[in-house]
Amino acid sequence: MAIRILVQEAPFDFGAEADGFAAGRTDLGAVVTFSGVVRDLSGSLDGMAIEHYPGMTEKALDAIAREAEARWSLGEVLVIHRYGEMAAGERIMMVATASAHRKDAFESAQFLMDYLKSRAPFWKKETAAGARSWVTARDEDEAALKRW
Amino acid sequence: MIDVLYFAWVRERIGLPKERIDSSAVTVADLVTELRAREERYDLAFSDLSALRVAVDQELADFDAPLAGVREIAFFPPMTGG
Repeated sequence: MAIRILVQEAPFDFGAEADGFAAGRTDLGAVVTFSGVVRDLSGSLDGMAIEHYPGMTEKALDAIAREAEARWSLGEVLVIHRYGEMAAGERIMMVATASAHRKDAFESAQFLMDYLKSRAPFWKKETAAGARSWVTARDEDEAALKRW
Repeated sequence: MIDVLYFAWVRERIGLPKERIDSSAVTVADLVTELRAREERYDLAFSDLSALRVAVDQELADFDAPLAGVREIAFFPPMTGG
């Protein structure tokens, strides 16, 4: 199985990545993609900065992808996660999974998201109405791991 | 010698991203005790361990993890990726 992990500051082209993902793999009939976008619920967000732990980030994402590979029948896995400064509406990250069957592709994509939210070393800091604050981890995110 | 890294608000509170420490601490918790005794900014950053996570050589670990042979320790708040 092919695992591709990209941790980068630069924006990525979601459409091109989704198009190229598992291209030519006629044995993989199910492809799931998820993309996380900087949201602004209050309308006052000036921007978001994401800090990460170079070295550990790549290792943690690779370990999570390998765990998914062990649990489901997957042909391809892609994880792209950005760091640095972003504006509302910008894509932060994406995951894509490809399998012969949709159940494996859907479930493994959810697993990857649940784990990378709380187990990959990224920290978000929002600037809203001129004030900067670290985004706090939610109990639901930790609880989401228990279902796996 | 051990490299100690700080991220997010832990880095901000302590005021630096990384330092090299000569420590005789046996566990992560011992190292935290040593750091807290240094200065108030450390004491404040480590005042609530339930709000902190630790990685030992880039793997998530517990505060009772041993430090023998360890090269790099990182302290940070719960992660908020995705």
